[in-house]
Amino acid sequence: MNGKRSIFLISVLAFGMAFLYVPMLLLILYSFNSSRIVQIWGGFSTKWYGELFRSPEVWDALTLSLKIASVNACFATILGTLAGLALVRFGRFRGRTLFSGMISAPLVMPEVITGLSLLLLFIWLQETIGWPNERGFTTITIAHITFSMAYVAVIIQSRLAGMAQDLEEAAQDLGAKPFRVLTDITLPLLAPGMLAGWLLAFTLSLDDLIIASFVTGPGSTTLPILIYSRIRLGLRPDINALATIIILVVAIGVIVAGYIMLRQQKQRALDMQMSAEKN
Amino acid sequence: MSTPPDAVLPAEAGLREKALYWATHFLQNNWRKLVLFVPFAWLLLFFLAPFYFVLKISLAETTIASPPYTPMIEWVDEGIMHVRLVIDNFAYLWEDDLYVNTYLSSLKISSISTLLCLLVGYPIAYAIVRSSHTTKHILLMLIILPFWTSFLLRVYAWMGILADQGLVNDFIRWLGFEPLRLLYTHTAVYIGIVYTYVPFMILPLYANMEKLDWTLLEAAADLGAKPMTTFATVTLPMTAPGILAGSLLVFIPATGEYVIPDLLGGGNVLMIGRVLYNEFNANIDWPVASAVAIALLLVLVLPMMLYQHVQAKEDGLK
Repeated sequence: MNGKRSIFLISVLAFGMAFLYVPMLLLILYSFNSSRIVQIWGGFSTKWYGELFRSPEVWDALTLSLKIASVNACFATILGTLAGLALVRFGRFRGRTLFSGMISAPLVMPEVITGLSLLLLFIWLQETIGWPNERGFTTITIAHITFSMAYVAVIIQSRLAGMAQDLEEAAQDLGAKPFRVLTDITLPLLAPGMLAGWLLAFTLSLDDLIIASFVTGPGSTTLPILIYSRIRLGLRPDINALATIIILVVAIGVIVAGYIMLRQQKQRALDMQMSAEKN
Repeated sequence: MSTPPDAVLPAEAGLREKALYWATHFLQNNWRKLVLFVPFAWLLLFFLAPFYFVLKISLAETTIASPPYTPMIEWVDEGIMHVRLVIDNFAYLWEDDLYVNTYLSSLKISSISTLLCLLVGYPIAYAIVRSSHTTKHILLMLIILPFWTSFLLRVYAWMGILADQGLVNDFIRWLGFEPLRLLYTHTAVYIGIVYTYVPFMILPLYANMEKLDWTLLEAAADLGAKPMTTFATVTLPMTAPGILAGSLLVFIPATGEYVIPDLLGGGNVLMIGRVLYNEFNANIDWPVASAVAIALLLVLVLPMMLYQHVQAKEDGLK
């Protein structure tokens, strides 16, 4: 690779990363601004963090969002894993095209359509069978599971496709029944993928505004709905403080996860090397 | 087919043991059906069935009632069924310039944004692929990291940057020029869409480029091709599947985008997702909102099928 080329590549990356990260850094910077008007610097202060934590609305919204996100993540992981297994390991079955279409469509479906259609279903269900009797936690969670499971299924599909089948075949050759192979070999091997899927489902749920605003009812305000109702009216320093906390939590989480993954990879490479030397 | 379960049931087993035995038996024999049935049923009920209601209500009339639309099937009396289908809502969309213009404007905005994402994302994806192994991992992590933070707050960040008193205008003023109106313009919407959607372009492009045989580029250069010629005749055709996948992943959701035109475009930018949301929530006109949804879906059905096809092809290659 020649020098001119690598200078080009480095500047592309520098501009790209600056584009992605400078806006977030500015968001963080202005959260420490004592002035009420976000863009005009009035000195360093952490008072907006105090204001944020004293607001009961913020705590209620956060609690609701975290509850929905965790229940959603568990269900989405189970359903998404089952769907991924069916799509990769079951070969051709009747309804496969419909099934794989329904799995990949939520990934690109505009949220306004998903939200509207689910709300209309919930209203019809309520009129017909009396359930769900109120909109809020349950309806938002169901809506989130429906689109999150599609993302989990994609992760599981790619993990299954990239997974060597020799362990499963060995277990089968040793006489394990297909169900045993599933529970004792395939699922444990899939565990890291399922964890990644759980985390993704959790974040997707925590991030959703539109679908939740359609299917929620009075009194159920999730964190994005609260943030949105505040920023629609303009910039607010307490929202900058909230953004800073979210970005920091995510950054720490991603860095820790990345570090663990890198170490595991190195460990695996070392193990392979050692076993090769022994043989 | 009925294979006995692994565990053998003792003769003196109680009710609980028996239930457990038969449950295990059932699971061992029918698990494949269950694995398929549970997610399939969930998607049929909560993903596919809802579209029937959108279609049904889009064919109803608006009334002041709860719910605010007329029933499609009315029992007049003595079992006479009165089916009422109203295509007025669709005719209304077609005749009203506002809706037609909004559709065209949405498609224009999402097409230009997709192109911009490609122009920004392509060199980044290329630069990541050509990096060393460890750097590659770190860079990919940096591309994915914004995904995990709040979409809403990333759009909010640009409200501050583009505002009349924001950073960009401060800079323009510092240079001695007249400040520009940036927030609540089309420019702001383009910036917002590119900023939030560019990772969706970079990741499929990266996945595609990662599998390529880059020695072909060297071969082309050795054979005397100029860099531009190599790019146009070798690199571009080889990366076409990645370009297609990335473009669809940006274009489809961007067409129905609501948050970005609402927060960054204000009232000046017409986008269909925003009209749908407002018809439903502000005007409480469910039939028109449903008709807008169906019309939006019709526009996006082709790109969605194309995406499905691209994905299926990708899976087939593996």
